[in-house]
Amino acid sequence: MTDSRISSPKTGKPWFVIIVFFLVHQYVAAQETGDHQYTSQAIEAGSRVYGQQCALCHGPQGDTVDGIDLRRGQFRNASSDDDLRRIISQGAAEGRMPPFVLRQEELDGVIAYIRAGFDPEGIAVKIGDPTRGQVLFEGKGACNGCHRVNGSGPRTAPDLTDIGVLRTPDALQRSLLDPISALLPINRPVRIVTRNEEVITGRRLNEDTYTVQLIDSQERLRSLVKADLVRYELSETPTHEPTSLSSDEVADLIGYLYSLRGL
Amino acid sequence: MKSMNRIGLVLSIAVALLLSQVAISQVSFERILSASEEPQNWLTYNGGYSSQRYSLLDQVTPENVENLELQWILQNQVFGAWQSNPIIVDGIMYVTERPNSVMAVDAVTGRVFWKFRHTPADNALVCCGSNNRGVAVLDDRVFMGTLDARLIALDRINGKPLWNVEVGDVNRAYSVTMAPLAVKDKIMVGVGGGEFGIRGYVVAYDAETGEEAWKTYTIPGPGEPNHDSWEGDDWEHGGAPVWVTGSFDPELNLTYWGVGNPGPDWNAGQRPGDNLYSDSVIALDADTGELTWYFQFTPNDGYDYDSVQVPVLADIDFNGEPTKVMMWANRNGYFYVLDRVTGKFLLGKPYVRVNWSSGLDENGRPIPTPQPEGMPTYPGNQGGTNWYPPSFSPRTGLFYFSAWKDYATIYRAEESEYEPGRAFLGGGFSVLAPVPGAPTIGIGRTNPINNWTDEVGHASLKAMDPETGEAVWEYDQFDVSDSGMLTTASDLLFTGGREGYFHGIDARNGELLWKVNLGGQIVMAPVTYMVDGVQYVTVISGNAMATFALGD
Repeated sequence: MTDSRISSPKTGKPWFVIIVFFLVHQYVAAQETGDHQYTSQAIEAGSRVYGQQCALCHGPQGDTVDGIDLRRGQFRNASSDDDLRRIISQGAAEGRMPPFVLRQEELDGVIAYIRAGFDPEGIAVKIGDPTRGQVLFEGKGACNGCHRVNGSGPRTAPDLTDIGVLRTPDALQRSLLDPISALLPINRPVRIVTRNEEVITGRRLNEDTYTVQLIDSQERLRSLVKADLVRYELSETPTHEPTSLSSDEVADLIGYLYSLRGL
Repeated sequence: MKSMNRIGLVLSIAVALLLSQVAISQVSFERILSASEEPQNWLTYNGGYSSQRYSLLDQVTPENVENLELQWILQNQVFGAWQSNPIIVDGIMYVTERPNSVMAVDAVTGRVFWKFRHTPADNALVCCGSNNRGVAVLDDRVFMGTLDARLIALDRINGKPLWNVEVGDVNRAYSVTMAPLAVKDKIMVGVGGGEFGIRGYVVAYDAETGEEAWKTYTIPGPGEPNHDSWEGDDWEHGGAPVWVTGSFDPELNLTYWGVGNPGPDWNAGQRPGDNLYSDSVIALDADTGELTWYFQFTPNDGYDYDSVQVPVLADIDFNGEPTKVMMWANRNGYFYVLDRVTGKFLLGKPYVRVNWSSGLDENGRPIPTPQPEGMPTYPGNQGGTNWYPPSFSPRTGLFYFSAWKDYATIYRAEESEYEPGRAFLGGGFSVLAPVPGAPTIGIGRTNPINNWTDEVGHASLKAMDPETGEAVWEYDQFDVSDSGMLTTASDLLFTGGREGYFHGIDARNGELLWKVNLGGQIVMAPVTYMVDGVQYVTVISGNAMATFALGD
């Protein structure tokens, strides 16, 4: 029996445990995310309002106005949910989009429907104000202690400059509220002990049968041959805890992250 | 008179030389029959009719394999998975290139003698890339199937077309991606199109004229046995393609073919019945195409478990009796041993985690345990293994193949209506990932960074004992592998994987003896041959074909 892989804690774990854990975890997470997202009733109500009031100009798929694709979250002058509320209530584009008088729950419903990607069964995450979100990112949230944005901040955690393109609001919310269920396997923190007793911690960048590439805690790119390692451990837990920010703050932070579209 | 004598002598020498030249260059059926006796050549897709991919060459050994050196590289000029298997005849290699080109290559230098290019019709349709897996050679000809479902015969010396016939209707998405099989005076091919509602078949042509000799459907028509394994008109567009080269037993005069999935792929409820002969092996008479026996691996398949694996034939002792067997690691996760005279089930055991079935009954029929909607099915859609060729070494008595471990998909079935020439899938699937939205594995590798990781599946090379159905040893890789196998009489096993490593492994115990990083996915099997006393080993990696031999 030949097995070239270095044994690590994760390889010993039966796969079904991970699945069961994942399913249960998702269920619990869904309960916990209550006030961070719109309800399915709101989405459904929104779909009716959209069909009556919006579809004539924006089309059934939300993409018939130039430069706008509502279903994919592509707008001309809006980013947060409040921006959308303002535009719907006040009109836009020098009167080409008229103001709409909607009840609060109708307005919330339309936004929920848009945020759910026009999918009545989708998840519509509340997206707050990006400016307030940036203040939280750099202040109370302490995100910039590990993450880098637009060339500033450390490189040890993934660079978030274009995270708004790479992740849906739903996935961003999961990263904040329930990091374990959002950590991509490739990003698992690693702890390595080499044959000459060097201890290396960092984040995995790439791996194959015989080698592993990572960025270490000193931001050095390291390429290691597995045969030279005494220990190679991957953690299933991200280095940050679930956030303790309030629901509105989380929405603002998501608003900021979702606005990061790369350079 | 003297000069006349001299002329006569010169003439007779010339004739003798000519005759001997002809005798050398012709790849007669008799030569292919005893392909193992000329291991300097690689005369069929799988190196001989029994498809063992085992070579008697033993210049490269476990002791000296680390001295292998790169001799040449031939760069493909077309991008996309290069799944072609080269054929080598007396120092000349015949290899295909996407979409439908054939090259004759100097096997010592990698320089090209000629290239024939066929441009498939614009409306040619294949599910999974413009693949072509190689040619067949017979006498002075080379034969290639095409994406627009044609079979073309070329002059082996100058690459000029001799005939070009329609194998199937391109407008209804018939295609040929397999290397043809040459048996006696016939060239046999099967058709692809299992994702487009074709009705599959194997068809044989006269090698000389291109005239059709026989054609056997893989779905029986009205009045034929087992037609009642389909309901209504499902049989007319029930898929069951044949897209991997078969094997041949000359004593039994039987050709063996692996048959692909029924259509629509993922909605088994839409086509009630066993759906014969989808996901089966069929034994066809080499002269008439008559169905002699069949064995179905996955009745009423809803998981796309094509049984297009290579039928590997061997004569072994099974339960103490000399037995003519067929060994088969199936896409459905079970390893089988069948009696190839009768098709009788001898042994079947899961080689990876299987949860679509709880086991096999005494006839080898699976006991179905379909998973609840939204739950993962093992093995996943690409299977526990797939089309890439295994190897059997008569020396070690072991059967070697690439398996995908810890890989599952979540299936979704929906009604779909058949329209000629359109995809006929009946749903879809997603690969089980550790967290939602994480990258997963697909048909080929497209990223130098493995950001899906081994958590969605990884390769395990398995060395199976056919008498027990158990792996004697395994060799794992971090990524999955679509690499085939080659074994030699010096107990070497050569194989690769998607990561681009080419491995020389001890076939007896799985010890890694040598590896080289070729940098591109290896999605075919290596071959070996000898020219002027030097043994070569060739493998395709990415867009490059690399050939190795021992250094000085």
